[in-house]
Formats: sequence, C-alpha cells, structure tokens
Amino acid sequence: MSDIVATNQTILVVGGGISGMTAALEAAEVGKQVIVIEKRPFIGGRVSQLYKYFPKLCFPTCGLEINQRRMNANKNITVVTMAEVTGLEGEAGNYTATVKISPRYVNSNCTACGACGDAVESEFDNEFNYNMDKHKGAYLPYNLAQPKRYVIDPQMIGTDDAQKAKDACKFDAIDLDMQEETIELKAGAVIWATGWRPYDANKIQPYGYDRIKNVITSVEFERMMDPFGPTGGKLVRPSDGAEAKNVAFIQCAGSRDRNYLKHCSRICCMASLKQSTYVSEKYGDDANVSIYYIDIRAIDRFDDFYQRVKEDKNVTFIKSKVASIVENKANGNPTLHGVDTEGYNRYANEHDLVVLAVGMEPSVDKDTFPIELKVNDEGFIEYDEANGGVFAAGCSSDALDVNRAVQHATASALRAIQVVNRVAKAEG
Amino acid sequence: MSSMVEKYRNNFLKEVEANVEEGEWVKMCMQCGVCAGSCPLGKHWDHPPQEIFMMIRAGKRDEVLTSDSMWMCTSCYNCIVRCPRELPITHIMHGLANYAKRLGLAPKAQPTAWFSQVFWDNMMKKGRVNELKLGLSLYFKDGFVSGIKESLKHQKLGMNMMKAKRMSPMELFGGHGVKNAGDLQKIIKKAQEIENARIESYGK
Repeated sequence: MSDIVATNQTILVVGGGISGMTAALEAAEVGKQVIVIEKRPFIGGRVSQLYKYFPKLCFPTCGLEINQRRMNANKNITVVTMAEVTGLEGEAGNYTATVKISPRYVNSNCTACGACGDAVESEFDNEFNYNMDKHKGAYLPYNLAQPKRYVIDPQMIGTDDAQKAKDACKFDAIDLDMQEETIELKAGAVIWATGWRPYDANKIQPYGYDRIKNVITSVEFERMMDPFGPTGGKLVRPSDGAEAKNVAFIQCAGSRDRNYLKHCSRICCMASLKQSTYVSEKYGDDANVSIYYIDIRAIDRFDDFYQRVKEDKNVTFIKSKVASIVENKANGNPTLHGVDTEGYNRYANEHDLVVLAVGMEPSVDKDTFPIELKVNDEGFIEYDEANGGVFAAGCSSDALDVNRAVQHATASALRAIQVVNRVAKAEG
Repeated sequence: MSSMVEKYRNNFLKEVEANVEEGEWVKMCMQCGVCAGSCPLGKHWDHPPQEIFMMIRAGKRDEVLTSDSMWMCTSCYNCIVRCPRELPITHIMHGLANYAKRLGLAPKAQPTAWFSQVFWDNMMKKGRVNELKLGLSLYFKDGFVSGIKESLKHQKLGMNMMKAKRMSPMELFGGHGVKNAGDLQKIIKKAQEIENARIESYGK
C-alpha cells in the first residue's frame, strides 16, 4: 500500500458510504486528490443494504452503481477498503492520519470467478445481512460489491479450508500470508463520513427483541426483501418461516426517549411507511399492516407519501407508543400491549411479525474520535470552527435520510476544497 | 366572545403548576401512552395518567380533582422508569391526590385516601409509624365484629412476627417514637401553615 500518494493538498475521506462517495466525487471531479478510507471490504455503506428508497420507491442499486462507476473512472480517487483511521493529528492544511489496513487475503488478480467460494465449506455470520444468515469463508460481500473482489474471512485463516481456497484459485489471487498494515497519510482536509448504525434493540427491554423471535428490526426487515437476501426475498417469520401478512411497525423504537436516544432519528417514520408498501407488494389485499406511532413525522414533501399510505385500507394507524410485547407461546405471535391516545382504549393486539423502527446513532462512539471534535450530546459532530479542517458529512453530523446526507456531503466537500485551495495558494 | 377566550385560557393547568407537587411537568407530556400501558393497575383507572394530563390541559378541573384515578397509584414507579420524557408521573399523581383532598374534592370513602389519613395521623403522634396500631386500625376499619374476624385470620402471621421480633405487643401501650416528637409536630405545623398561605394566596 506504499504506492498511495498523499500530500497536504489531499482530501482524506473517512467512510465510503453514500456520503463519503458523494464528497469524494464532488472533490475529485473538480480536480482534487482524494483518498477514501472504508472499514468494510466494499464501498456503498448502508445504502447497499436497502431494498428501496423513499419516497420514489426506486432501487438504490441504480444510483449506487452510477456513483461506483464515477468513482472507478476517476483517477483522482484512491479507495482503501478494510481500513480504519486510528489516529489523526495536525491542523487545517497539515494533517497526518494513521490508517490500519486489515488483510483481505485476496489481491488485485481476483476476477470474482467464485472458485474459492465453491471450494470451501466453512461459514460465518453474515454482517451484510445483520447476521440473519451465513456467508462462506471466501465470499463476495454482495453481488454488486465494489471493488469486485473476494474476501477471505480472517476466522478461516490457518484452517484446511483456507488452503483449499488458495488451491482453487487459477489466478494466484489468494495470499494467505497477507499481514495487517499501518500506514501514515498526509492530508490538507478531512471529511468525516462514518455514518450511522441501527440502535441496539436489545436495550429496549419491554419490546423483547432478545427473547421473542418474531420481533425484528427495520433494517432486518429491509434485508428480507432482497431477492439475494437471507430469505430469498420472502417476507416470513423467523420463528417458523410462515408468511408474515399481519405486520406491526413500532415507531420511535429507541428514539425520542430519554432512556435510549434523546433525538428523533427522522428517517424511521418514512422507512416504516415505505416498508408498509412491501407487505402490500408481497401479499396484495391479504396484507394487514398496523403502525403504532407517537406522531408521524413525514417532513415537508414526504407528506404526499404519508397521505397515499393512509388511503390504503390495509394499513391502520394506532396513535400509541406500545408499552410492552409478550409472546403468545402457542403460535409465536407477539402480542402488543398499550393504551391508545385517541379514546384511551386499552389494547392487546396479536400480530404475525413485529418490526421495530429502530433509531439512528452515530457509528463512532462519542469519546473515541481520533482527534478532538465538537460533538453534541447524541454523539453527532457539530459544525464548529474549532474542528479546523475536519468536516462531518452525512449521518456523522445528524440523523439524515439519503437525500439530505448527500446534500450535506456536497457542502462538506466544498468546505474541504476551500482548505486545500488555501494550501495550494500558500505553497504556490 | 370573552367566554370563548376563557375556554382556552388553561387556567387549570396554571393552577396545577402552581399548587400541585411536580405539577410543572404536566405540560411536558407528549401523549405517547407508555405510562398507561405500563401501569399494573391500569385497567382499574377511570382515566390513565396520560388522559389526566390531557384533561388538565383541557381545563377539566372538576373531573380531574373529583376523580378516583390518581388514588389508584401504588407507587410501583414503572411509569417513571419508562416515560420517554422522564416525567415524575407517580409523584404528580400523589400531588394531585393530595391537592384534591386539601380542597375537599377527593371522592368520599376512597380506601386509599382513608388509609393515607390513618397512616399520617399514626405517624404524626410519635414521629414513627406504629405498625401494630396501624395494622389493627386497618382490621377494624369496618366495625368491631369484622375486625375480630380479620385479626383472627392473621393470627399466625402475627405470632410469627412476634417470634422473629419483627413486632412487639408492647407497641400497643405508647410505642416507640422519635426524640422530642412535639418539636417534629411544630415543624410540620409551621410547614403546613406556609403551604396553606401560599395556596390560599394563589390567584389573588
């Protein structure tokens, strides 16, 4: 990796999700040198795990592919995958980043032919599908993964399977002796685009995510719709594989709650409204969706979408934050208990499947940034002069949908460009 | 016209904020309903907490203060623990009950209200609760005959408690208390005077 060229005029982008990609492209396409550091073996981030976008219900793979092509075509962008920024020091115009690169055990000879994957037996939890299924020890993270190159799971190293994978490769692409590397990179400005993670549903004790099989999270529900996903595109219950036609969505699962996340995660209302259409897509008029909410926050132009879903007679809205979920042991149905606010009626409703619309929290824990940044109570990075040449992009700054994350990333790119332009002027 | 304006003036919310313990929290309720759903005695309440909060905001003074609901609270604190906005719901319920009683609006013959008064009077005598007398006054609540029946029912429990030295029959004669119980009574009396003066001056 010593072939990476970085100077004080380089823009370092931390995170290769939709925000990081956008910021990198905006800067690179006006001629700036950009290095993208991505923790996972592929770029695209959480958008690659979505089935459809709201409000247009188009497939994110489409827009993602366009951006991947722009990235591949642009000589100003260097992408380093399976890498993490472990240290960052300096000031605007003069940063040094320490980057740890984990071994992929597969080099650039890989053609993604899949022979190594066929050769091995061992399987490991598949993070891409939120551990709902397993991937082989030699795998492509998902079909459209970029760089299109296989990965050897480090847990397989040292086993016979690892050797089998190596022997199966006709292109000498597997290098089992690859080691972890730490490199130092110069940068004039840093765009921090580390994104979000779903809030840990286990912490919401009354909802029983950890003990009731048919209580899942919204991100898991999203993976079920992928034809190549853990259920092959079927909407089924984890407990018995039965069709999930009567589905409940619980809003603010972890958000707007001083016991969990104080902030409104902003996307979950639209995500559940969108996901209610998935149930109709699969089961037509047999679909029976209930949305339990405090208030629906379909902001500005999304209200149209909300009105459309409200007109669907298969979707019921119940104004109530569910108090607790109890499993009906006889049929595995989760029973939702609470009191609604429109009439104060006490209910105990059974559903086939319950989806927790979990909140967004920043991927990076509040106190673990490699450099001092102004961070708010929720762990999101504030815009502040004191942050120098480090600019947050997308969900590292706030809970944002894709549209707003991309807008924010573009603004961050512009700020970073101004910093490296100043450096260029000074250095003549 | 002016009567229409009056209707929306939220006088009762302001009264609650001024006179009810923790009453200033009422306006923070976002009507999610978790308190009502989490209450183990919820179905025995005419109006669950979130409805009480809405009724306060809607100015339904008589309905709220004459209600039996807040007397149903057993202080299990489930609602406080789960409230997404950290409202001290248990304390507000006790505050409302106390305020209703002070104004003479609390429902008559409400068992919790009756017990609270007996507990208070018992405790105020010596500065400590005399559990033997408190227990007996509970047993004899509905008259002498049922009192004897009730006491006999719990005879075994009482004997065991005496054996384990958890209860002394000598408590019937005087009983233990704090040092200078008279001073405690004076302190409480003064505090009550201050509180009464404050509440009486409200709105004047």
